[in-house]
Amino acid sequence: MIWTSLDSWIVIAAALAGASAALVGAFLVLEKMSMMGDAISHAVLPGIAIAFILTGSRVGGPVLVGAAGFGVLASMLVHVVRRSGRLDDGAAMGVVFTVLFAVGLILIEQAARHVDIHPDHVLFGSVELVPLTVVEIGSMVIPRGVAVLAVVLFVDLVVVILFFKELRLVTFDPALATTLGFNATWLHYLLMTLVALTTVAAFEVVGSILVIAMLVVPGAIAHLLTRRLAPFLLVSVASAVLAAAIGHVAAITVPLRFGFEDTNTAGAMATVLGLLFFTALLVAPERGLLTRAWTMLARRMIVRTQDVLGLLARASERSDGDGLSVNEFRTVHRSPFAARATGLRVGLMLSRIRGFVRREHGRYRLTERGRAAARRVLRVHRLWERFFHDVGKVGLIDLHPAADYLEHYTDAELRDELEKEFAGTDTDPRGNPLP
Amino acid sequence: MQHDAPALHIRDLTVAYHRKPVLWDVDLDVPPSVVAGIVGPNGAGKSTLIKAVLDLVPRTSGVVEVFGRPYRRQRRLVGYVPQRETVDWDYPINALELVAMGLYRIIGWCRPVTAAYRTRALEALEEVGMAEFAHRQISRLSGGQQQRIFLARALVQDADVYFMDEPFAGVDAGTEKAIIAILQRLRERGKTVFVVHHDLETVREYFDYLVMLNMRVVAAGPARDVFTSENLKRTYGGRLTLLDRAVDAIGGSSS
Repeated sequence: MIWTSLDSWIVIAAALAGASAALVGAFLVLEKMSMMGDAISHAVLPGIAIAFILTGSRVGGPVLVGAAGFGVLASMLVHVVRRSGRLDDGAAMGVVFTVLFAVGLILIEQAARHVDIHPDHVLFGSVELVPLTVVEIGSMVIPRGVAVLAVVLFVDLVVVILFFKELRLVTFDPALATTLGFNATWLHYLLMTLVALTTVAAFEVVGSILVIAMLVVPGAIAHLLTRRLAPFLLVSVASAVLAAAIGHVAAITVPLRFGFEDTNTAGAMATVLGLLFFTALLVAPERGLLTRAWTMLARRMIVRTQDVLGLLARASERSDGDGLSVNEFRTVHRSPFAARATGLRVGLMLSRIRGFVRREHGRYRLTERGRAAARRVLRVHRLWERFFHDVGKVGLIDLHPAADYLEHYTDAELRDELEKEFAGTDTDPRGNPLP
Repeated sequence: MQHDAPALHIRDLTVAYHRKPVLWDVDLDVPPSVVAGIVGPNGAGKSTLIKAVLDLVPRTSGVVEVFGRPYRRQRRLVGYVPQRETVDWDYPINALELVAMGLYRIIGWCRPVTAAYRTRALEALEEVGMAEFAHRQISRLSGGQQQRIFLARALVQDADVYFMDEPFAGVDAGTEKAIIAILQRLRERGKTVFVVHHDLETVREYFDYLVMLNMRVVAAGPARDVFTSENLKRTYGGRLTLLDRAVDAIGGSSS
């Protein structure tokens, strides 16, 4: 891989575009208005065209202002169309942004035929060209695109920090915002202005389709990983920056390895974002699909082990230390758990791995360690029976299943409470001793 | 604040969605220091009444005054507890932060929620028995717990008039009792509370004032006076009674 200053500028531009889009996009995700980013990113086209017709320039302040104006106009029109047309959000956005986009295309066709706006650049952006146009700021020479994106990110940051509390309020509960005297409409359009500004600035780098990925996917990742707003925004921005760096490296290395030419950075960036999202979807703490599957499996393994220990503890009350054979496991207590061969086998295996149980001549016996653990399981079980009998007034015959269930979900804290409740007691409701 | 003025005064309030009237000619005068129930069948406009008072839905016509002055100028005296399902409980925010939202007006634009405000929010959480859940994300609370923190958010506003939209919907018996206790404490402090309510069996027990609504105000007054089977029939047999009265009116005009 050959890394030049061009590559560094490309990554910086992509990271700035991604960071600003992720920051404002996070609020769209929270407001459940993600596709508004889609609508606005297309609807700004007439603004760009008109600014070009008036000033003859494809870049700079007038274009940003024109685009921001049309972005806000689009979000207002969506609101009006939804209301008076009695349509859902999606349909209203579909009507508004396609029409505005078409108007923009016609304007560009007619008035700006000679401008070099290639469909490719509109769709995918042209981050690779960013370093080629430079501006001088003081003694620094930096790519113009980077300068514009830095300013936009700065504006986004200032607004989000300044109105952090207000944006949280209005994206969570707009009705409360209104009754508290915070103008929800005003704040909504402030956010839409930011989205429009950011979209136009990022447009040049990542293109009109991929800018939507930058607006929405980082927020979706953060939604899986965080529980508060500040970390939510940080994770959004961080995943966009990470995707920019990994995306560019991937774009210039991965295809070469397979004998192709290097590929489009923006495309690689969005692909990386997608991969980050799916990784989060699988392994996010608590909410990840694999995480949840693993938690359930681990819980089931604990239950199986405790079931084996409980049966052995009861058996050793009768014939001390003699243990049980697999057949006796099945018959002695007619336990529904032991009746299922797989469950029993898994429980026995896990108990042996944990060193609770050892097998001698086809019989399973508790080890020293296992005896203590088994006593605890049985004690908790009988304490629960005591509880349901004394406090819940449950009849003797119904005690066992409830206690059998709860014994597996009793942590140290709950056990202490049970012990405290029945401090003077030494038998269960049937008169069996508490081990 | 003029103390001789009613806590809530509504004159000629009409609300229509797409030209279909939802509320029709509502007149109300509710005195301060009462817990007022708003009851009526589904679609009677109970929530709409609250939202129209709070400027959350446009009014076709009518005047709303709180303690003798237009609502818009009395906003800081009014607290609102929306229906629980109107917000996204997956939002990345914890119970304490949600309650602190009630203080945003006092905190003001662009100023951060400082430790002093967080302490006030925590006190409100204590009042509803939720202090130990202050730092829990709101999706990890039960329905009853979510309703309690909504209530705490209203309490920190320290309003004089509260509007609560179905605070008892989907809550456990313990929460219902806790909410009622808080409503009664609010009344003892001279506050006025409006509660959209569904369970007619508890009306007498919970409310000392009652608004019976079915597009129009069928009856309003002290609960023991207006909670009669006659009024119930007129409220819940809505369309039927309207028809009866229309027949009466036609009969009356032709004779």
